[in-house]
Amino acid sequence: MCAASNPVAGRDGLAVLDAEEIRRALTRIAHEILERTHGGDGVILLGIPTRGVPLARRLAARIGEFEGLDVPCGSLDVTMHRDDLRLHPARALGRTDLPPGGVDGKTVVLVDDVLYSGRTVRAGLDALNDLGRPRAVQLAVLVDRGHRELPIRADYVGNLPTSQREVVHVLLTEVDGQDSVMIGEGRRP
Amino acid sequence: MKRHLISAADLTRGDALLILDTAEELAHLADRPIKKLPTLRGRTVVNLFYEDSTRTRISFEAAAKRLSADVINFSAKGSSVGKGESLKDTALTLEAMGADAVVIRHGASGAAHRLAGWVRGSVLNAGDGTHEHPTQALLDAFTIRRRLMARRASTAGARGAGLDGLRVTIVGDVLHSRVARSNVLLLSTLGAEVTLAAPPTLLPLAVGSWPCAVSYDLDSELPKSDVVMMLRVQQERMTAAYFPSVREYSRRYGLDAARMARLPGHAIVMHPGPMNRGVEIAAEVADSVRSTIVEQVANGVTTRMAVLYLLLGGTEFPATGVAQ
Repeated sequence: MCAASNPVAGRDGLAVLDAEEIRRALTRIAHEILERTHGGDGVILLGIPTRGVPLARRLAARIGEFEGLDVPCGSLDVTMHRDDLRLHPARALGRTDLPPGGVDGKTVVLVDDVLYSGRTVRAGLDALNDLGRPRAVQLAVLVDRGHRELPIRADYVGNLPTSQREVVHVLLTEVDGQDSVMIGEGRRP
Repeated sequence: MKRHLISAADLTRGDALLILDTAEELAHLADRPIKKLPTLRGRTVVNLFYEDSTRTRISFEAAAKRLSADVINFSAKGSSVGKGESLKDTALTLEAMGADAVVIRHGASGAAHRLAGWVRGSVLNAGDGTHEHPTQALLDAFTIRRRLMARRASTAGARGAGLDGLRVTIVGDVLHSRVARSNVLLLSTLGAEVTLAAPPTLLPLAVGSWPCAVSYDLDSELPKSDVVMMLRVQQERMTAAYFPSVREYSRRYGLDAARMARLPGHAIVMHPGPMNRGVEIAAEVADSVRSTIVEQVANGVTTRMAVLYLLLGGTEFPATGVAQ
């Protein structure tokens, strides 16, 4: 599940991951992706908008640094496949941007900021299904909150267990002007 | 956004940009192996067509089907309308069948507005008399933006951009044209400068209150136009002689190759269709690279998908039973 759509830097809450820790987590995830996919051959990274997209780009850059490998990177909007569309007014669509060559026969790593109920990822799997037939699909998230409502797990996790009453905000420089993960009490806005 | 789409005037600049940006994303669907989205599964869209139409009806049908909605087509020919059933009774029948949206084309101006007061679902105006045809204006705006604004904007393509500063000249039978009215309203909302070029007899009386300029001389408007939109001469709605002869109309207001040569290099030529080749537009112009006529049809499906998604894709609007 995505974090709140518009977190405001500096609101009440506790910073649980700072910029350095986010950097380290992404570095570890990049290494794990290389390890699990035997050198990153045939891997493409698809970020789920909004904050999954810059995360996917950062992972691709990291992998490029480590192995000199140019990992294709794109975005996958899941809005039209969500199961909660009728609970909200119609929302604006994010961007789906596949690398040239598509997803057929590739190992697709879906990238998102927060994994919570698992419903966003389920929508992502459905969206991916309409785009082609990947050889395998894996999931990388910066924060795993637990409290899954569907049988879905992440392959690569930055990590963070939370209570259901808490709100998690992932802030990224590309979107929010700073890197940090905040945690606060209360319902998601 | 409002619950219905009756008039282009109902759309704020924000609404219009949301529709165009949504259409921009949905346009990529045409390149995919599976050109279908599950978003409107279980919703019913009724196409209620009291007037003949090829592209608008097929376009709405394709749009609804690509979003997985169930589509019921109703045309006045061969229905109980022939037995004298009123619009209201037909509307109540559709209501009883559980239509989530009704797309209506009707010969009477205001029919869509009346219908909106009778049904619970969303009403989409697909052309009412000489009043409005808002989805045509949206697809025209989308076509203009893709052709002319994408090169100005950054890497994000035309997303978020309006039509600010573009000069659009709408030519011909404005009096009978719902396309012209909707376009004037929408394009000016989006920041374009619209000029109507037509013989005085084919301009509505109230044109002075429209957000546009008026000219009787097409040739002086062409060199400063980014977009020329030709309108069909609607002979079936003409109850009087509005010009001496078709040939004279064509000489003064028809777009032929010589007139097209006076346009700036980047300018595009549009026509909502169906065309009277040789009357308002010459065949060589209609088939030239500047012409967006075929593109407009493809963009029509995309734009209507965006409208259907935004009206039906989210929470149901509270049932008020009152128009707007």
